[in-house]
Amino acid sequence: MTLVVEDLQTQFPTRAGLIRAVDGVSLQVGPGEILGLVGESGSGKSITGFSILGLIDPPGRIAGGRVLFQGRDLVGLPEEELRRLRGARIAMVFQDPMMTLNPVLRIDTQMIEAVLAHEDAGREAARARARDALARVGIPSPDERLLAYPHQFSGGMRQRVAIAIALLHKPQLIIADEPTTALDVTIQGQILFEMRKLARESGTALIWISHDLAVVSGLADRIAVMYAGRIVESGPARAVLAAPLHPYTRGLLDSLPRGAGRGQRLVAIPGMAPSLGRLPPGCAFAPRCSRATAACEAMPALAEAGADRAVRCIHPLGDAA
Amino acid sequence: MTAYVIRRLLQAALVLFVMSLLVFFGVYLIGDPVEIFVAADADQVERARAIAALGLDKPIWEQYTSFVQGALGGDFGRSFVFGLPAVTLILQRLPATLELAFAAVFLTVVIGLPLGLWAGLRPDGFAGRTILAGSILGFSLPTFWVGIMLILVFAVQLGWLPSNGRGPVAEFLGIKSSLFTVDGWRHLILPAINLALLNIALMIRLVRAGVREVLPLDYIRFARAKGLSWGRIVGVHVMKNIMLPVVTVLGLELGAVIAFAVVTESIFNWPGMGKLIIDSIQRLDRPVVVAYLMVTVAIVIFINLVVDVVYSLLDPRIRLKDLDH
Ligand SMILES: Nc1ncnc2c1ncn2[C@@H]1O[C@H](COP(=O)(O)OP(=O)(O)O)[C@@H](O)[C@H]1O
Ligand SMILES: [Mg+2]
Repeated sequence: MTLVVEDLQTQFPTRAGLIRAVDGVSLQVGPGEILGLVGESGSGKSITGFSILGLIDPPGRIAGGRVLFQGRDLVGLPEEELRRLRGARIAMVFQDPMMTLNPVLRIDTQMIEAVLAHEDAGREAARARARDALARVGIPSPDERLLAYPHQFSGGMRQRVAIAIALLHKPQLIIADEPTTALDVTIQGQILFEMRKLARESGTALIWISHDLAVVSGLADRIAVMYAGRIVESGPARAVLAAPLHPYTRGLLDSLPRGAGRGQRLVAIPGMAPSLGRLPPGCAFAPRCSRATAACEAMPALAEAGADRAVRCIHPLGDAA
Repeated sequence: MTAYVIRRLLQAALVLFVMSLLVFFGVYLIGDPVEIFVAADADQVERARAIAALGLDKPIWEQYTSFVQGALGGDFGRSFVFGLPAVTLILQRLPATLELAFAAVFLTVVIGLPLGLWAGLRPDGFAGRTILAGSILGFSLPTFWVGIMLILVFAVQLGWLPSNGRGPVAEFLGIKSSLFTVDGWRHLILPAINLALLNIALMIRLVRAGVREVLPLDYIRFARAKGLSWGRIVGVHVMKNIMLPVVTVLGLELGAVIAFAVVTESIFNWPGMGKLIIDSIQRLDRPVVVAYLMVTVAIVIFINLVVDVVYSLLDPRIRLKDLDH
């Protein structure tokens, strides 16, 4: 396994109390594998990604758990050792391409510094690497584009630049945080295709974060569904999509145009994602769940549920069927 | 860019023209220089001759048109007091004021920038809080009081530094300046600190605010995710983004110091333009006052133009034509 996350806890003290943005998340991903991490906005997906890289700013902190990268626990590692891993062995692509590049630095500056942060390559060699990386993600006339500033690129092109930066050092793990959410559908398709090819060809492990189950369904080998800071269901993508066990996963599927059958109405999940400061004591989804009973007031454990699957629910689907 | 600069220069010409009108007639309203220059016991003939010599016998609008004609050729008239061309008087005093201005700007950068960075990077630390509190002090203490205190402590009590006038001048690369002598620096330090204090406080505030605004942004986190060192993130990614306010302060400071070093120059008896203008106003020496204001307005306009050009160099998103309003 490239990455094994065990019982990760990431917390932010706020005036309104302690926010458990990530509350006991466990997941794993191996070489060449694509893990889709799905959940509504605010469920803690990005914070999970940042926690893996050790990019949680105080007063936020990782309060517990382990992040085993190639067998080594990254939690509590000295900053300099984390720095050497970041960008080189573990890369991350951020959610909003309009904000990830520094507006006042040229693209070449931002790419060359990323090369030189980890290698003693000369400036010219670094520039050639940057050029090749841009060409690889399909940016036309990369030599010219290297001299441009971020504002001269469209959102899609900026995200390609960010992906090119993530690819510079051939990392073992890439965390892609909703990299296509801000882009239009055609570009989204291209980027998905390229990332998938990359994972397959170079054996890179890929964690693909998305709030959109449709995006993940065509891409991921495995899916982990997050709700209010916790994993509520995980398993092979096909199995989860074909027969979801958690009512929340079902809800996500039913709200997809593709998930619902022809002529069927799209059904949105009733209610709103809960605020992390005021979670119910038991299952966080219970207030929105049609299957909830009094028993749901106790926190269900993430339990094995058949071949390679797990679900955190007292009344999983399929039981009643 | 050329079109922009040309348009700005035309605007500047208009501003200068309006200034000349206001100042010329303004000084005319303040008082009659004749009362000051002509001895009280002079007879009518002597009086008339003196008035004619100063050109004050003609109607005011005629005085103004002949002033404008001269000014277009670089002649702002002769000082009533010194009998020298007003421009010459001002140019004699300009180097001393420029020295003071550049020394103050230099202090603002080397003190204000690092302190502001520190306070922005560690806002909750002891040093960060102390720096912030100090900057509040810098804002609230009046310049003249600080000047007097500096003199009392460093000149009178400790006797470390002189408090009066400018040091000896030496020539270097064809430039004559007291910056090239040790004693010149000793004379410069106290007035420069006095002038810089407010701007150091302003610089600390702006840099601190800029750092705190930039640090939580995505692109800083992304820079960290690339594995950049903290030094590079602060030195390049943060610094380049807070340069706009820094350049703004420096431009304002330079302009303000050149134009209004009056208080400091008076306290430290610094022979710059500020002292000249105070003396000239008291003596209703109209040509000098008018010429002084024209020169300082021109300098301030020029500095603003430079600041705008620097803006567009620092931040590629800013195009010069957008700065025009
Ligand atoms: N710096 C912070 N301070 C307090 N709460 C935070 C902070 N960052 C994130 N959170 C909380 O963590 C939750 C999860 O955020 P995030 O991981 O960004 O969600 P998403 O699944 O949309 O990526 C959010 O609901 C937010 O309230
Ligand atoms: Mg997110």
